[in-house]
Amino acid sequence: MAIASPLGTPVKRTEDPRLITGAGSYLDDIKLPGMTHAVILRSPYAHAKITSIDTSRAAAMPGVLAVFTGKDAEGELNPLPCAWAAGGASGGEVGGVTNNLNTPRVLAVDDVKWTGEGVAVVIAETPEQAVDARDMIDVNWEPLPVVVDTEGATADGAPQLHENAPNNVAFTWAIGDADGTAAAIDGAEVVVRQRIVNQRLIPNPIDMRGAIGRWDAGSDEYTIWMTSQTPHIMRLLIAAFVMGVPEHKIRVISPDIGGAFGTKIFCYPEWTLVAWASKKLGGRPVKWYETRTENYQATTHGRDHVSYLEVGATKEGEVTGLRVKTYANMGGRLSTIGPGIPTTLYGRVLGGPYKIPNVHCEVIGTYTNTVFVDAYRGAGRPEATYLLERAMDLVADETGVDPAEVRRRNFLANDVFPYRNPSGLLRSWNGAEVEIDSGNYGPALERALEMVGYADLDKRRAEAEKRGRRLGVGLSTYIEMCGVAPSKWIGLVGEGWGAAMWESANIRVHLTGKTVLTIGTQSHGQGHETTYAQIVADQLGMAMDDILVEHSDTSGTPFGYGTYGSRSGAVGGMAAVRAAEKIKEKAKRLAAHMLEANPEDMEFVDGTARVKGSPDKSKTIAELALAAHVGYDLPAGMEPYLDETAYYDTPNCTWPFGTHIAVVEVDPETGHVQLVQYVAVDDVGKKINPLIVDGQIHGGIVQGIGQALWEGAVYDDEGQLLSGSMMDYAVPRASWLPELELDETVTPS
Amino acid sequence: MTFRVALNVNGEAHSAEVEPRRLLVQLLREDLSLTGTHVGCDTSQCGACTVLMDGAAVKSCTVLAAQADGASVTTIEGMATNGELHPLQQGFWEKHGLQCGFCTPGMIMAAADLLSRNADPTDADIRHAIEGNYCRCTGYQNIVAAIREAARIGSAAPAGAEA
Repeated sequence: MAIASPLGTPVKRTEDPRLITGAGSYLDDIKLPGMTHAVILRSPYAHAKITSIDTSRAAAMPGVLAVFTGKDAEGELNPLPCAWAAGGASGGEVGGVTNNLNTPRVLAVDDVKWTGEGVAVVIAETPEQAVDARDMIDVNWEPLPVVVDTEGATADGAPQLHENAPNNVAFTWAIGDADGTAAAIDGAEVVVRQRIVNQRLIPNPIDMRGAIGRWDAGSDEYTIWMTSQTPHIMRLLIAAFVMGVPEHKIRVISPDIGGAFGTKIFCYPEWTLVAWASKKLGGRPVKWYETRTENYQATTHGRDHVSYLEVGATKEGEVTGLRVKTYANMGGRLSTIGPGIPTTLYGRVLGGPYKIPNVHCEVIGTYTNTVFVDAYRGAGRPEATYLLERAMDLVADETGVDPAEVRRRNFLANDVFPYRNPSGLLRSWNGAEVEIDSGNYGPALERALEMVGYADLDKRRAEAEKRGRRLGVGLSTYIEMCGVAPSKWIGLVGEGWGAAMWESANIRVHLTGKTVLTIGTQSHGQGHETTYAQIVADQLGMAMDDILVEHSDTSGTPFGYGTYGSRSGAVGGMAAVRAAEKIKEKAKRLAAHMLEANPEDMEFVDGTARVKGSPDKSKTIAELALAAHVGYDLPAGMEPYLDETAYYDTPNCTWPFGTHIAVVEVDPETGHVQLVQYVAVDDVGKKINPLIVDGQIHGGIVQGIGQALWEGAVYDDEGQLLSGSMMDYAVPRASWLPELELDETVTPS
Repeated sequence: MTFRVALNVNGEAHSAEVEPRRLLVQLLREDLSLTGTHVGCDTSQCGACTVLMDGAAVKSCTVLAAQADGASVTTIEGMATNGELHPLQQGFWEKHGLQCGFCTPGMIMAAADLLSRNADPTDADIRHAIEGNYCRCTGYQNIVAAIREAARIGSAAPAGAEA
């Protein structure tokens, strides 16, 4: 009997039973026999030379097993790699990009570039002993002048961070038609200009970062448990670049991870430090789990752009030219993919859902005395959307055309897809190009306007005035480049990402009919164990309970590029489909053999391989799994077992879109802003699991609201992080928010 | 210097020898291996460590282990009884009240405190009751729905295995 496909239904998550009973296993929950504890001494200065470090008093403290400084590691461990050097290959000048690659070491050696950069590590029997000993390390510092502002860092006379980066410029990068855009703006009927700050954010996953390293003396192999969204990439980078050990001598395991939002993509110093230290200790496991204060000081921040926006338009509000110059803060040294965020993921989508004929974007990546900046929630694309939507509102203000009408007049028409941006925004420097494959922007806008009661807002405005409040309405339409990405476009030959970006999946149907999907993505809240099981259940006609999804361990999963860039469903999900298709192909050939039918006459429907037109001549997937496993009677040349692996390289990104509208009330006496309504109409195509997708949308909206109203990372002029704890940084709370109102339109890719 | 602390956790008597600086959350996680209670900050803001102590929600990172001497503590591990999920656990599962799950134990314990005082809370009551608990994944929307669902299922009774 056929099992109803769970595809497209709000299936309850299979990972939840362990997480709601306290049975999850996060990094800090792991205890290993003989485990030791590492605590890192971090710089109190934002910019300083280290003239000497005396660890002798710390080393003599109770329970202390070792104290290491940057000098101890210098000859053995290389600087961390930068794996995405903004449009070209690392270390060179490619595609007009100059890269001065200044990356962190596992522990700083000669100088520090931000408050919180690690300079020494204490390893002790207990965390408390390690903390006590850390406070006994004596460092002589020679403080240096500090700059924290991304634009100010390039000014004449600003303190200099790196000798090889004059004026603190890490890179300059440009995209689009400079001459055409200049002509369009010069000749425009209406020109508006604005300096726009996209403030720096602290990502704040509630589970912080941590790692446990264990070296095995017998095999000379390292196992590293880490809070990583990208276990395979981490193994590769640590093996090939940092430690210089063979890749197969390192195993990386990501346990349950309590949120990441981009911050756990990167190759951090501590990942290698714990593994290296374990070998120094003869193989005792070394655990490090950061405090929240450390998380704020030493885990990547997001955003931090200062941009100059110039918009040319007609009097009717049609935008004819858009020019942007952005100073993007990279922090004191480059994180793993920091330069890729304000370039590929930002400048290349500055056209948004609009038919702007001329766009030009120049980006100056800067070094400052702040912690490194890298991907955070949307990574570059929200920064682009913010600028574009400011542009639309500025044009609306200047022309007197209603903001919604300005968007309508600028939307790409439905018949232009697949769409190639005329300014060449979507063309890699090697000529490879992606297209916006689909879109239908009008209905999402109209639906959102309807939901918020746009036509009646004047009444609400008047009603609010009577209560002494002012009503404000914010409107945003967007597209987002998701499902990253075709390898030849984004990889080294194109956008400069260090390798490729396909995804892998393996399916094994066991003798008992139970099925295991292993996949190269990494789930840290997205519910992959549920969503992928829905896909496999749909493909193979199985019950979801019979499918186990395994991920996040480099031993036992095929190489995969991990989870970020909204890629797991679009790319990983397709890898699972391709693996299932291979399983079905083999199942049909085996069934044809067992049924003495022609393989060409077979079809796979509802979990059975059957002869077309003769549904009673069929074999179930369970019967076929048994037959394939025992292998007593297989077609000539067929190997036993239903076990297939697929590697899927996507032909394009996906291009979801939508309209969000926020209504706020402002108290003019206090300045207090109360968000009273939030409407979101998103088009992500067909949802595999509406429960999970809507949950993702809720979370994304509230992080966006947080940035708009409350959040901001603040360094003072000395480089001290003023927003240094959760007491000082305003993560949104439940009581500050209204119930969000969601709806959708559905446009297939 | 150490203290001997005796307390009841999830209906079982426990004792441990602790340093004066040991926190209740460390006692639970490290001495009793009850790792369902999480630590997400160092300033008592995030609420991931919330447990019930003598029936009231407390942030166990802000309670010294010594202060819990003689107390009765309920953690997330004590919420299901005889393999049957507590209504709050059912509500969180049913309404997708969690994504990464890290804040979830603390959220559930804070909500248990609320429902023990108010069996039929409004959404505003719920949002106020979990104000001391951060979630970065869900935007709180489905957490509110989950607690509403738990109230509907009918958990007015005090939560868990209290002695």
